[in-house]
Amino acid sequence: MNSMTEHVSPPMVDVRGVHKFFGDLHVLKGIDLVVQRGEVCVVLGPSGSGKSTLIRCINEMEQISAGRLYVDGELMGLREEEKGGRTVLHRLKDAEISRQRSRIGMVFQRFNLFPHMTALQNVMEAPRQVKGVSKRDAEQRARDQLARVGMSDRAGHYPAQLSGGQQQRVAIARALAMDPELMLFDEPTSALDPELVGEVLGVMRQLAASGMTMIVVTHEVGFAREVADQVVFMDDGVVVERGTAHQVISNPQQARTRDFFGKVL
Amino acid sequence: MAAEPTPDLIKAKPVPRPGVWVGAVIVAVLGLGLVDSLISNPEYRWQTVREYLFDPRVLSGVGWTLLLTAGAMVIGIVLALTIAIMRMGTNPILRGVAWAYIWFFRGTPVYTQLVFWGLITILYRRISVGIPFTDVTFFSIDSKLIFTALVAALLGLGLNEGAYLSEIVRAGLNSVDKGQWEAATALGMKRGTVLRRIIIPQAMRVIVPPTGNETISMLKTTSLVLAVPFMLELTFVTNAIGNRTFLPVPLLIVAAIWYLLITSILMVGQRYLEAYYGRGFDGEQAGGRRVRGMSRRQQAILAAGTVKSDPTLDVTP
Repeated sequence: MNSMTEHVSPPMVDVRGVHKFFGDLHVLKGIDLVVQRGEVCVVLGPSGSGKSTLIRCINEMEQISAGRLYVDGELMGLREEEKGGRTVLHRLKDAEISRQRSRIGMVFQRFNLFPHMTALQNVMEAPRQVKGVSKRDAEQRARDQLARVGMSDRAGHYPAQLSGGQQQRVAIARALAMDPELMLFDEPTSALDPELVGEVLGVMRQLAASGMTMIVVTHEVGFAREVADQVVFMDDGVVVERGTAHQVISNPQQARTRDFFGKVL
Repeated sequence: MAAEPTPDLIKAKPVPRPGVWVGAVIVAVLGLGLVDSLISNPEYRWQTVREYLFDPRVLSGVGWTLLLTAGAMVIGIVLALTIAIMRMGTNPILRGVAWAYIWFFRGTPVYTQLVFWGLITILYRRISVGIPFTDVTFFSIDSKLIFTALVAALLGLGLNEGAYLSEIVRAGLNSVDKGQWEAATALGMKRGTVLRRIIIPQAMRVIVPPTGNETISMLKTTSLVLAVPFMLELTFVTNAIGNRTFLPVPLLIVAAIWYLLITSILMVGQRYLEAYYGRGFDGEQAGGRRVRGMSRRQQAILAAGTVKSDPTLDVTP
């Protein structure tokens, strides 16, 4: 790092030349991506392009095979040690990885709420167990988060008693309860009935407006146009094109990008 | 709202099933005959049954049987959890040891194992802690001080039970969707916390019913500890009284009544446990009692999408 940038805060997410192999399958082929604080980055692309794998790598649900990945300037999953002029890499201990993950919220395609807990208990669980917040404080914060996603009146319901859209909103509240600096969304509306997509996108829109840094993998082109500061188009494990929504979606330069949006729009 | 015209409802006669009725009458007659014989046959000696049902020796036998059942199940459950987690891990030594344990203790009769535990003080006169294949010993103790008849009986039953339960536990842990692991770890929870707070409570729904069966089975398996020999539990005590008084049948009935009574109580307890661990899966209100039937419950489980549709499929490898 040179003296020019020393006092500038690092980007929220800095992905440098990341590769990922599943056995022989080369899923990510050298990804570079910078997401600034407060920015909303929407990742678009056909199924199997590696976009879900990319955000799963960011919070270490998958270990990257090559490259480096920084969140808020902190190297994820690894520790670099200078030894006699060479850099030796060590994997971080589970507890360290848990600590890194606790700063990143993640929302899944299939919600993954804890079915044996009510909506309120779902939201209280991680602050209680990970941060050791007192029961009273955790409940107060959980109620605030549920209010934020419009689910206050369903606090006592179990996930099985909620619609898909309601479950996803609770899942967002659950992630927010940890006060994350970064929110990852892995196709948050893909498992929803069409009439329920709107309520979840509404919550995400509101979250973006509040200044949250977000990386969203989705097929919702409309959401990308409206909310994204940066749109990334991925295909076959590489970033094909990136820019503003207008540049990438309405005015693509690459043939593959034109081809994709020609089909989905 | 205007009354809708009532359709002409179908009132058809059901298909006659005379065969079923003939069968029912035959079964009823046989059943009544059995009840009649229970009352009229003096050889049952119900007076003697009544006399010995609350005999202090019998009551003490009931107590020891309950203690053996509870103790063996506790040992079994702790072992089962450990072994199941060992088998699901990545370390080849831990996995190999877990596999060998299950292989041995499921593959030999519990009676044989109990005789073995009874003889262990002869097999190992002293118990020493040291380094294998060397003469280095840290300390040593007379094995008779450790392996009393009660300890041998508890270990024999518990180790055997652990092998069976570990397969049940493993099936339960495997039945929980891996999305639950991901969601919990993504929130920053550590492995132990995830297991304790998220995975095991959900796995219990699959684990409790067969474990209830195992407990009931264990209640009766305790009668085999005469192999050790441990001579205080219900079957041994009632047999001893029966042999001494030349009245084996009434004393067998005394034992049977106690076993039935305890089993019935266990069944009620099992139902409450199942309701507790089924919460969130069957559409009941928060903290409320179960309000819907089994099929709705199954639907809700599938809807939750956190378990396989048939978790019992891989109970046995």
